[in-house]
Amino acid sequence: MGALLQVSGVAVSFDGAPALDGVELAVDEGEIRFLIGPNGAGKTTLIDVITGLTAPSAGSVRFDGHELVGRREHQIVRLGVGRTFQTPTVFDRLSVVENLDLAATYRLGLRSMLRRRRGIEAEVGEALASVQLDDRAGDSAGSLSHGQKQWLEIGMLLVQRPRLLLLDEPVAGMSPEERSATGALIERIAQRCTLVVVEHDMEFLRRFARRVTVMHEGRVLSEGSVEHVRADPVVQEVYLGRSRDRRGHRAEAGGAAGGGAAEVDRVEAAT
Amino acid sequence: MAATTATEGEVLSAQPPGPDPGPGTGGEPAPTARRALRQGLAVAVALVVVVVAPLVLSEFRLALLAKYLVFAVVAIGLNLAWGYGGMLSLGHGVFFGLGAYCTAMHFKLADARSGLPDFMTWSGVESLPAIWAPFRSAWFALPAAVLVPMVLAALLGASVFRRRVRGAYFALLTQALAAAFAILLVGQQGLTGGTNGLTNITEVFGLELGNPRSTQVLFFVAAGAVAATFLIARQVVQSRFGRLLMAVRDGEDRVRFLGYDANRVKVLAFSLSAGMAGLAGALFVPIVGIVSPANVGVVPSIEMVIWVAIGGRATLAGPIVGALVVSSAHTSLSEWYPGGWLYLQGALFVVTMVWAPRGLAGLAEVVRRRREHDRAGARAEVAVGTAS
Repeated sequence: MGALLQVSGVAVSFDGAPALDGVELAVDEGEIRFLIGPNGAGKTTLIDVITGLTAPSAGSVRFDGHELVGRREHQIVRLGVGRTFQTPTVFDRLSVVENLDLAATYRLGLRSMLRRRRGIEAEVGEALASVQLDDRAGDSAGSLSHGQKQWLEIGMLLVQRPRLLLLDEPVAGMSPEERSATGALIERIAQRCTLVVVEHDMEFLRRFARRVTVMHEGRVLSEGSVEHVRADPVVQEVYLGRSRDRRGHRAEAGGAAGGGAAEVDRVEAAT
Repeated sequence: MAATTATEGEVLSAQPPGPDPGPGTGGEPAPTARRALRQGLAVAVALVVVVVAPLVLSEFRLALLAKYLVFAVVAIGLNLAWGYGGMLSLGHGVFFGLGAYCTAMHFKLADARSGLPDFMTWSGVESLPAIWAPFRSAWFALPAAVLVPMVLAALLGASVFRRRVRGAYFALLTQALAAAFAILLVGQQGLTGGTNGLTNITEVFGLELGNPRSTQVLFFVAAGAVAATFLIARQVVQSRFGRLLMAVRDGEDRVRFLGYDANRVKVLAFSLSAGMAGLAGALFVPIVGIVSPANVGVVPSIEMVIWVAIGGRATLAGPIVGALVVSSAHTSLSEWYPGGWLYLQGALFVVTMVWAPRGLAGLAEVVRRRREHDRAGARAEVAVGTAS
């Protein structure tokens, strides 16, 4: 019995340019795994492969004993893999409750789908409360703030009760208060399911990450605890290299090369 | 007629897309009560029109009205696909035509007794083509009028949605289908009556066509069909499936990641939409007494889209109003200035798309909102007044 999610030898190329090049990743049940790396490292592409949006040219993705490669998106969701996108995508013209209800009822048969929703299902009510949108239940999702949409989207995933949740930059574009609220939300979710989080925000990483996987140019560069990764010379080299490349318009970043930890802190700046 | 149905449009359109105030919010009771009142009023007006029209209209006008009602059925169906499902079909004439030809074939055979339909004799066909034979039975022909379009739409949908053909590409594809269908009908003279179509349908299930009594019967049948398809559409739209359909329209890929098979949702909605067009086609034949390629090709298909656009897509009553208003305008203008209609129709379409993208129903909604807003403003003033 291995990991809950086992990615092996996954390769993807777009128009001949390799985006993923033999990625290996194993995530155990109950983990919160952070995925970091410079832009173009292939983090989102990897999530796309796991969730069936992008077909890999080689390799396999096994989830709980099922091969995911070759399955269609909704089939993968039905096995218990949920995801978010970098930009929150909720259904603006449906109300908050309708969004959650839609997410919660995906296992209903056609016949029950053709009936009207009466009231609010218990789990939908619960999710409403945990994403703090109970007072906006009847409003259209389009009227929510950016952060609230992000939460609504997380709420929609919660009601689906996935076993593995892939969050793509869950705090991007959020205010500091929204970030800490989201962090608390993610911690709560983590008690119920395994999480893989793509995030650049170092503050966020330090507070919530346990294991970190660093990707670079379509490969896994390093993996381990936050401290381990920060101390890894290869990781430092990648980020230092990137800052040097950008010296033209980011002179101070390359010039002030200090300790390794300080450089990894520039992950955020470099990406 | 137009004026009364416009009221109906305003009333009913207000209902479906608006998010209902969730129980958590304890929404104000007043708008709900007002909405119920408006709905009751709309039903009452519709009933009065249906009862009064046969009494006051000449047989000719009543037959026209019945035809417009048939068009309303098409519009209701097309709106499910386009308005709620985002699948702009420029080929609904095909589904309408299949329904019409299926029934017309039956009536021609019934009329010919044991012989061949008249046009076959004229084109030198000597024995009944195999494809015609089952249509001798009404039990085959009438269900086929609805089921053939549904199956064709489902097959088409299943094969193209999976390849992610959508938007303008889907519209073009359906347009091409309409063109091909019309060409096929014209080309198969001996099988379809060619350019003339299937004409001289004089008797329908023992009902002799072209007298006041049968026109009345057909008018009531058409009105019943509008009511039935409206209720089906309403149930679909307000159900969870309807919400799902709108979600597919607004974010198909997102829906897949909620665990739904978005293609299946689209195939179902498109097929249902085609079935309604088929039903309308089946009713069109006895009311008009003829069906020809001119009723089913590219131009009528576009006209169907215009009914929905002008009435207001993604509203329940809008398309009905659109079909009635646009078709009656078509008739009146053609009587007054033949040939001018195409220009006016084009202009109407452009004006709608640019200035009122949500059609008549959208305009009605704006007026209603403004009134409610004024009322709410007045209430707020009172509240502020008492608070201070």
